[in-house]
Amino acid sequence: MNITSSADIIAARGKGRELAMKMGFSVVDQTKITTAISELTRNIVTYAGKGEVIIKKAESETGGKNGIVVVCRDEGPGIEDIQLVLKSGFSTSESLGLGLSGAKQLMDEFEIKSKPGKGTIVTIKKWLRRR
Amino acid sequence: MDIPILKIEDFLVVTIQSELSDDEIYALQEDILSRIKDVGATGLIIDITALDIVDSFMGRTLSNIAATAELLGAKSVVVGIRPAVAVTLVELGIRVKWNVNTALNLERGIKLLKRLIEAERRGGAS
Repeated sequence: MNITSSADIIAARGKGRELAMKMGFSVVDQTKITTAISELTRNIVTYAGKGEVIIKKAESETGGKNGIVVVCRDEGPGIEDIQLVLKSGFSTSESLGLGLSGAKQLMDEFEIKSKPGKGTIVTIKKWLRRR
Repeated sequence: MDIPILKIEDFLVVTIQSELSDDEIYALQEDILSRIKDVGATGLIIDITALDIVDSFMGRTLSNIAATAELLGAKSVVVGIRPAVAVTLVELGIRVKWNVNTALNLERGIKLLKRLIEAERRGGAS
């Protein structure tokens, strides 16, 4: 799904919420997943202008665990210092600076690949808790 | 989308009824501020019961609205934060930087506003 505007952010959130609900995530986890999607897609709109997000079911490599995976990809300016950006409160825009660090905090797994001038790929996962 | 801004005594009550795009949020912010000026409101309540997510952008916007309202002489209280939203906001780390008064619901929000205004009046007199 393409991300170019704030309307797309809302649509991506809706899609994430729907899948998380269908998979049986708790309301709190649904909210965390949806919020993380919102933070990452907003980064796309703010810094890269356009990009895409993929939201789908995930299975752990060893099997046995089900969850949701969200991949956000853009060909924007990329990030020079990933460690710095991941520090809570860091922001080059006027946001609260909680975007990337917040998304990391809200999810179980977080991976970022970025090259200055080439773009950024962020992959986040949340696993269903066994009951 | 036109979001109604209700006036109760000297307070304004804004109920956000659905997720808002950035443009709608900015428009709402302007509407609220001009209404505060027009009616000389001393308090503002923003009810976000209907929001099932508040991300850092929305959090910042609410905080900005409260800060600007304060400059115009109105105290603000955000009411109706859902439990799941509260958990998420804390994990996002918003607590540290978020300078917004909150209350469980509209009724308590109005009580809190009255207390804040009263406290400021007393503080100013001493």
